[in-house]
Amino acid sequence: MATMPYRDALRLALHEEMTRDERVVLMGEEVGLYGGAYAVSKGLLDAFGPERVIDTPISEASIVGVGVGAALTGLRPVVELMYVDFLGLVMDQVGNQAAKWRYMSGGRLTVPMVLRTQGGTGRSAGAQHSQSLESWIMHVPGLRLVMPATPADARGLLTTAIRSDDPVVFIEHKALYALKGEVPDEAEPIPFGRARVAREGSDVSVITYSRMVHVALEAAERMREQGVAVEVIDLRTLNPLDLDAITASVRKTGRAIVVSEAHKTCSVSSELAVLIYEHAGDALRAPVRRVAGKDVPIPSAPALERAAVPSVDEVVEAIVGTGLGKERAHA
Amino acid sequence: MRVEGHIAMPQHTSPPPETRVALLRTMLRIRETEERIGASHLRGLTAGSMLHLSIGEEAIAAGVGLAMRDGDLFTTHHRGHGIFIARGADLDRMMAEVFGKRDGYLQGKGGSMHIADIALGHMGANAIVGANIPISVGGGLSAKALTPGVVSVAFFGDGALQQGVLYESMNMAALWHLPVAFVVVNNQYGMGTRLERASASLRFVERAETFGLVAREVDGMDVEAVYAVAQNLLEQARGGQPVFLMAHGYRFYGHGRKDPSPYRSKEEEQAWRLRDPVEQQRVRLLEAGALSEDAYEQMLREAREACDKAVAFATASPELPVEDLYTDVYVEQEAN
Ligand SMILES: Cc1ncc(C[n+]2csc(CCOP(=O)(O)OP(=O)(O)O)c2C)c(N)n1
Ligand SMILES: [Mg+2]
Repeated sequence: MATMPYRDALRLALHEEMTRDERVVLMGEEVGLYGGAYAVSKGLLDAFGPERVIDTPISEASIVGVGVGAALTGLRPVVELMYVDFLGLVMDQVGNQAAKWRYMSGGRLTVPMVLRTQGGTGRSAGAQHSQSLESWIMHVPGLRLVMPATPADARGLLTTAIRSDDPVVFIEHKALYALKGEVPDEAEPIPFGRARVAREGSDVSVITYSRMVHVALEAAERMREQGVAVEVIDLRTLNPLDLDAITASVRKTGRAIVVSEAHKTCSVSSELAVLIYEHAGDALRAPVRRVAGKDVPIPSAPALERAAVPSVDEVVEAIVGTGLGKERAHA
Repeated sequence: MRVEGHIAMPQHTSPPPETRVALLRTMLRIRETEERIGASHLRGLTAGSMLHLSIGEEAIAAGVGLAMRDGDLFTTHHRGHGIFIARGADLDRMMAEVFGKRDGYLQGKGGSMHIADIALGHMGANAIVGANIPISVGGGLSAKALTPGVVSVAFFGDGALQQGVLYESMNMAALWHLPVAFVVVNNQYGMGTRLERASASLRFVERAETFGLVAREVDGMDVEAVYAVAQNLLEQARGGQPVFLMAHGYRFYGHGRKDPSPYRSKEEEQAWRLRDPVEQQRVRLLEAGALSEDAYEQMLREAREACDKAVAFATASPELPVEDLYTDVYVEQEAN
């Protein structure tokens, strides 16, 4: 085991897969000479050359389209979209092209492309650079969706994504790039659709993913001081979704909180809540609660930005709201 | 020291003396304000991790900005402080916005990359590269219908030259004879990518002409040259002939204030700094006797005092209370 930051773990997976399979190419804005806007691909241009680490013009719709075409015809492109917010520019290629060809062609075509991008708040980057748009992807059949919370998962899931024959949207979190953690020495692909129990507990299940895993873990630690054992489930992949892990946990605890940084309305958190009702509703001892991003564009001012997304306090409050804990949380 | 421009340009007659001085005053105001914003950013006083300064590009902002008229519309890219200052931005409110404060233009909700003030014709700085361009064409559509004689100007970087929406927008502007000006603030790089690495052809003027626009390029370090060509082009645009102007300049700092720009050489930076647009105009006016040393010193003092005042204003302004998180999502607040 080596300890490394999330961004290095991602780079390690890219490096390993590009070494292992010559068909893997990385393309996107500033991925080569600049080393990536968040320094994920630093050094890869030197290692693999400009034919495989391709700096592109600022032409997102076409960059992703080129990725789709290359994936249809033998390459295995990893396309980087600098911010998930730019999905606005590329949704035709993602939703109408990448997602559709396998099915529309009756299985004759496949699109083994990874769309790597990053989202979320934490840098006061404003309403067009801070969003969590995973529901846009999860809504569309045909796309896999991965959102790692730790360096080990970043590495192992990116490996699986690159080896996958389906189009995979891989959303990193801008506030996690510097997060350090242990990463196995050998490349071990982590299978899609297997949630991780980030913390075991028997009183309440907190179901979450990406950066909110860490918020949930902090809340769990605070609840321990009140004698409450919180289980934290890190979903890791949203498509495929590990419904078994969710229901098993909720059936064990009888209480469920869903935490997501994305806007609350029509979201991943809505979907998870209803799945819990459908598949474990009979085991619930309290209504499912959601702690989610507010339904407002993300403001730039730091205090407002923080208020727009879930805090540890809000997660603690939601847990207390299910009837657990001795006293209400204090801010 | 006299500095010569290296891009051959058609001769232009100098604007009237008061305009020549106004161009310098505007550039100085931009330079001083942007340096102040940059210094504040390094001290952690601005909101957010991103700050894009237009230092080095002042001649483009001032030259086009002063050729525009009251009531004209414009949008900018993410490096738009200078352009807005040239169009009359209130420095106090601008500084407060960059600081993320309640008394900023956008109450701190937008930040440096999104400054807007429709009262001054500013339809918004945009953080999506190229997205402001069709929006400016929409401004042209309104102008044609509602306020004939007004021109709508899209300012964008060389990076946006590779966005498809630019070409869709130029076509529509020409097709519908809209009063629109497309102004490229070419600072040679989009982040770390030199224009030559992003575009196989550099014949952008011809590209625009192909769409039916009147297109020119200009030395963007020479404010008088920019002003002259912008005046000419904007007059044509007002009559429904869309125009394109490629102004060649340089950003003296990195992409963000803290970017050390490892992708470009120190020699290249130095060569451009020698053609500093503010300094060129200062020397030109002093040598022509159009400005005295004293008058220049006075101008500089005024620019600095305005910055002091703006920083004090921004510092004193509180952050917007968290309860106001939900205001202005909709016009009708009860729609929440
Ligand atoms: C659609 C889109 N793609 C990528 C980015 C990330 N990005 C921000 S600024 C920038 C470079 C833009 O270069 P240019 O248009 O020349 O403007 P400059 O920064 O040089 O002023 C990039 C790639 C973005 N904000 N929007
Ligand atoms: Mg540029």
